[in-house]
Amino acid sequence: MYSEKVMDHFQNPRNMGEIEDASGIGTVGNAKCGDIMRIFLDIDGNGIIREAKFKTFGCGAAVATSSMATELVKGKTVEEALQVTNRAVMEALDGLPPVKVHCSLLAEEAIHAALWDYAQKNGIVIKGLEKPKADIHEGEEEEAW
Amino acid sequence: MIYLDNAATTKTAPEVVEAMLPYFTEMYGNPSAIYSLGSAGKKAINEARRTIASALGAKQEEIYFTAGGTEADNWAIKAAAESYGNRGKHIITTKIEHHAVLHTCSYLEKRGFEVTYLDVDNEGIVDLEALKAAIRPDTILISVMFANNEIGTIEPVREIGAIAGERGILFHTDAVQAFGQIPIDVEEMNIDLLSASAHKLNGPKGIGMLYIRSGLKIRSFVHGGAQERNRRAGTENVPGIVGFAAAVRRAVSIMDEKGRKERGLRDYLIGRIEAEIPYCCLNGHREKRLPGNVNFSFRFIEGESLLIMLDMKGVCASSGSACTSGALDPSHVLLAIGLKHEEAHGSLRMTLSEENTKEELDAVVGYLKEIVQKLRDMSPLYEDFMKAQKDGRRPAMGEEAEQGRNLQGDIYSREQ
Repeated sequence: MYSEKVMDHFQNPRNMGEIEDASGIGTVGNAKCGDIMRIFLDIDGNGIIREAKFKTFGCGAAVATSSMATELVKGKTVEEALQVTNRAVMEALDGLPPVKVHCSLLAEEAIHAALWDYAQKNGIVIKGLEKPKADIHEGEEEEAW
Repeated sequence: MIYLDNAATTKTAPEVVEAMLPYFTEMYGNPSAIYSLGSAGKKAINEARRTIASALGAKQEEIYFTAGGTEADNWAIKAAAESYGNRGKHIITTKIEHHAVLHTCSYLEKRGFEVTYLDVDNEGIVDLEALKAAIRPDTILISVMFANNEIGTIEPVREIGAIAGERGILFHTDAVQAFGQIPIDVEEMNIDLLSASAHKLNGPKGIGMLYIRSGLKIRSFVHGGAQERNRRAGTENVPGIVGFAAAVRRAVSIMDEKGRKERGLRDYLIGRIEAEIPYCCLNGHREKRLPGNVNFSFRFIEGESLLIMLDMKGVCASSGSACTSGALDPSHVLLAIGLKHEEAHGSLRMTLSEENTKEELDAVVGYLKEIVQKLRDMSPLYEDFMKAQKDGRRPAMGEEAEQGRNLQGDIYSREQ
């Protein structure tokens, strides 16, 4: 079901863990849907992402997309990181099954959320970055039995 | 490989395969034919029908072969609705039925029937008082599964049969998971319709049956030839039917011993997991439970990840996580017993057979300890939980938003 790349990033996730005193932290997804991603970014004075780490509750694809997203943003400027789309994450993983595409969207959102947190903390505006919409409790509702 | 997914399907027993083979290669005649090549098949079908009927306490002519459990469920419910719809349009079932029943019921709801979906308690058992209260003058059918496929809970079928019988309401039970595993008697239990499938009891796939109490008006569901006493058209799956009967013969003869062995293995596995892996919870009833069923929720982790990692160790199991089914919501059964979404996503079902060994289970516990910890180390939910523990406050995430059973207390107390 998964590509070799996805399996590799799931079995050997890159950048798993936390960054203490991170410049920006973003958490997206919710427990109801079964995916929560948290991305930590360490951004230096020149706006370059020195380090990126993640923690994820979710399926194999959720772990692999988190891993790949952190790989893709490392070493990039904040503006460049903003251009890392879910499509880029998917392509770097040699594709995802259709039902797992939302995991890559979550990874993109998690990066945006971490960048937003960084911008808020430092009182700066990153062009093109909007307030992340995916609150972890968003969309929770009672069972429709 | 360690196979722990016997509720999904079982290995076809060697004696079953052996019994089937001649009906592919030598006695391949159409059972409806006049010549002896055909009548050999006909004879085999009748013998098979007798074997299966006697395993259920039924009469031979009350057994109708189908392509499987799903067809039997569809047939029973739709045909009962069609035949008895003039008496009333109300059906009672439960929230934990297999989709073969639930989706058939929702199909009927779109066609003028009303369906009551009974709640179950935290262990998955139907409340008999709630069942009685749900019965209306226009109730024509009660459909409650014999035992649940996910959590293994065995329902009070005898009591439900009595309630239905006293009121003249038809009683259907989906016995796909129970047949061949635990004793069933349709007479004693007052069952009018019962669905079963061969491949759950070491028989072949693609063959099942519906027991229809004699005298019931259950019309044909598949139209065509006169097979199955005009009630289920189509050339009989002779090898499948023969294999089904061979599997039933085997299951009946080893039921006590197999059950004892599986219960022993099951309780051993449950005991080790509960003792050695923190923040987990057994789903389903501890005693009223299928002999081979083990179902746990491991908090802070997600089931599909767990399954992939177990697969890499050669362990086959399943999960109620949404990700494993392609659906958005996790298992309806786990939600119905009051699990929060997060707990349902972190569920693991291991269904044993008598062929499993203690050594295999020891290996599985070892893998589980390692994998669960690895996934928890990756989990932001676990991170939040551990930080909250350290700060002496309740965890913030994924807690308050959802209602239902507060598993937190159970786990805390078990941990201490």
